Amino acid sequence: MADVVAPAGASVATRRRPGGMNRWLQRRSTMAFLMTLPLIVLIIVLVIYPAIYALHLATLNKKMTQFVGLGNFTFLFTRETFWMVVQQSCIFALTAVFFKAVIGFIVAHLVHNVPNDKQRKWRGMLLIPWVIPPAMSTLAWLWLFDPSHSAFNWLLAHVGIGPIPWIGDANWARFSVILVNVWIGAPFFMIMYLAALKSVPEQLYEAAKIDGATWWQTMRFVTLPMMRNIIAITALFSTIVTFANFDIVRVLTRGDPLDKTHVFATWAFRVGIEGGDIPLGASVSLFMVPILTVAAIFILRDINRRGNEA
Amino acid sequence: MMTRRISRRRFIAQTGAGAAAAATANIAAPFVHTAHAAGSLNVGMWDHWVPGANAATEKLIKDWAEKEKVDVKVDFITSQGQKLNLTAVAEGQAKSGHDVLFMGSWMVSRQAELLEPVDDVVNDLVKENGDVSDVAKYMARFKGVWKAVPSTFGSQMKGPASRIDLLKKHAGIDVQALYPAGAPPKSDSWTYDAFLKAAEACHKAGVPFGIGLGTTADSVDSIGAIFSAFGAILIDENEKITIKSDSVRQALDYCKRLYAFLPPDAPSWDDASNNKAFVAGQASLILNPPSAWAVALRDAPNIAEQTWHHPMPKGPKGRYASFLQQNLAIWSFSKNKSAGKSLLRHISSRASAEAMVSASKGYDIPPFAKFKTFGTWADIGPPKGTLYHYPDPHQDQILAVAAMPSPHAVAAQIYAQGTMSKMVVRHAQGEAMEKTLAWAESEVEGFMR
Repeated sequence: MADVVAPAGASVATRRRPGGMNRWLQRRSTMAFLMTLPLIVLIIVLVIYPAIYALHLATLNKKMTQFVGLGNFTFLFTRETFWMVVQQSCIFALTAVFFKAVIGFIVAHLVHNVPNDKQRKWRGMLLIPWVIPPAMSTLAWLWLFDPSHSAFNWLLAHVGIGPIPWIGDANWARFSVILVNVWIGAPFFMIMYLAALKSVPEQLYEAAKIDGATWWQTMRFVTLPMMRNIIAITALFSTIVTFANFDIVRVLTRGDPLDKTHVFATWAFRVGIEGGDIPLGASVSLFMVPILTVAAIFILRDINRRGNEA
Repeated sequence: MMTRRISRRRFIAQTGAGAAAAATANIAAPFVHTAHAAGSLNVGMWDHWVPGANAATEKLIKDWAEKEKVDVKVDFITSQGQKLNLTAVAEGQAKSGHDVLFMGSWMVSRQAELLEPVDDVVNDLVKENGDVSDVAKYMARFKGVWKAVPSTFGSQMKGPASRIDLLKKHAGIDVQALYPAGAPPKSDSWTYDAFLKAAEACHKAGVPFGIGLGTTADSVDSIGAIFSAFGAILIDENEKITIKSDSVRQALDYCKRLYAFLPPDAPSWDDASNNKAFVAGQASLILNPPSAWAVALRDAPNIAEQTWHHPMPKGPKGRYASFLQQNLAIWSFSKNKSAGKSLLRHISSRASAEAMVSASKGYDIPPFAKFKTFGTWADIGPPKGTLYHYPDPHQDQILAVAAMPSPHAVAAQIYAQGTMSKMVVRHAQGEAMEKTLAWAESEVEGFMR
């Protein structure tokens, strides 16, 4: 055997010692960094730079010629419409996320109970509202709610109801934007919850059955605890996206009537781009950051704690 | 013969300075109409609603470019989703983009400091073609300096487009007799009282006046014209808030009475709603340029045949109409300003304006006084003469825009936020007059920051 084993010293002597650059390139961390570099560049260009620029804009005066520090924010606190927008954004986000979660949860269970060979078809169909670009599907909803040609009102007229001012009355308009948001967003919850349901070990259900657990007890002590993290993450993600929503409100109501459907993003656009006060518009949009940061910290801390307990 | 020794360093310095001077001279040189005057010019125009209007304007620009040996590129940018405004704001921020850009009403005031003065162009055009309206001056002239050329392309009047048959049948008003084709108006009886009575009658008949009360341009311009007719100004040119005045109270009270006869969902109407209601035969009158009529020609010819465009009713302070004056501006960072000015002269000429009016089927209204009687408006139909009074050839109206004459920075906010339409909706939906006025005052104070 000895004649086929090369002496260790000879091997080192004949191989060229890799240079510092080669060694650096051969490291796993270097390769990982290089492979993520395009994404890092994209994030810097499309996320970090605009965010810093928005911060810069928010500290300028209306003509963008002077630094005013936090002046724009303190000004906002004195505006009645701003507080109305804060309230509406919270109502919009919390109500929509709640209904998306409830509907997603129910539908996920229904789909989970469909035989495996038919599930694919149902999953595909139920995902349609989520995969259509929201601006396009909201346009279709706008036609359904149209003041002159509403298809809903046409149907309701046949049973002697209406016409309902879907987007003409403040309360109906709020209902309409939330409805469209729920319609678009519920499938995301459904698919996340379905994935969570599929990952719950079947033995837990069998054990619960043997112990004589009722449907509610199985749900309360098996399903929900196993889905808690997914529910929290999905709710957080959806809250952020819903809070920052622009397209649905913009296409459906533009914040009308009487600003009663404005959320942060649409009001920022109205003030900044349409009204010509870009620093104030930037300040309105940045106001979302602390609210969402606090929500994210609470939810993620809870998830970490549960992760450590496990 | 005297010889001077020049060091290498001195030679480079002198020739460098010479080259720089030559380059500067080149930049500042006037635009010379020769084969050697080539250069490039990027033009951003509004994407016109009327089919065929873009093509006619592009041809005008290309013909000019060919004659002047300029390499021109024309982009037609839609105003849908505020894309045109976003383009202007982005180019102003980046100090880069088109050389010549179409700017909607308020954009000139927002970008005035970044725009090339065009006094020479406008003054020559006015001398040749007659004066422009006060709206044009308000929108594009700042501290006596023209910052944009008032455009024919896209400029529009938002007067009544009335159903001849419905107004005659339900309100007893013959709009063709008030405003006969090819003749001066006989409009003394066309007042806001008559307008209100007609609105009530048409509402009772199930074909209400289709006036929106939302925050988009058509709604804001409609309410703006009514406010102007009552002399209701929210803030004057000296930045004095004048909301708690009798004229504003009168205007608001009138609008509240009118509100009762408008469609119940008028507060949510956008710029398409009035057109749709009119073409669907659900409205007897809308305040709009002839775009609804043009669509009706294609989709509902029987409605188009019964449509008559005419001036606004007369209020206590006069017969005011909302005129949306669009503009063409040259960025101060443009590298070919002289070519830009040459182009603006060309497309503001009588021949160009006539071509644009014809291509837009009468929709576009040129800014100059001598350009209000083109054959297109007299001849187009059916019914023949429906657009005769649209450009106000007999100067029956006072042209204004909502929030004029307020300072531009405040007026732009009043316009964008639809403050006047919101005042109407708040008061009409039950809020006390003084509370509505206090709310509006607080809003305007906020806009003045």
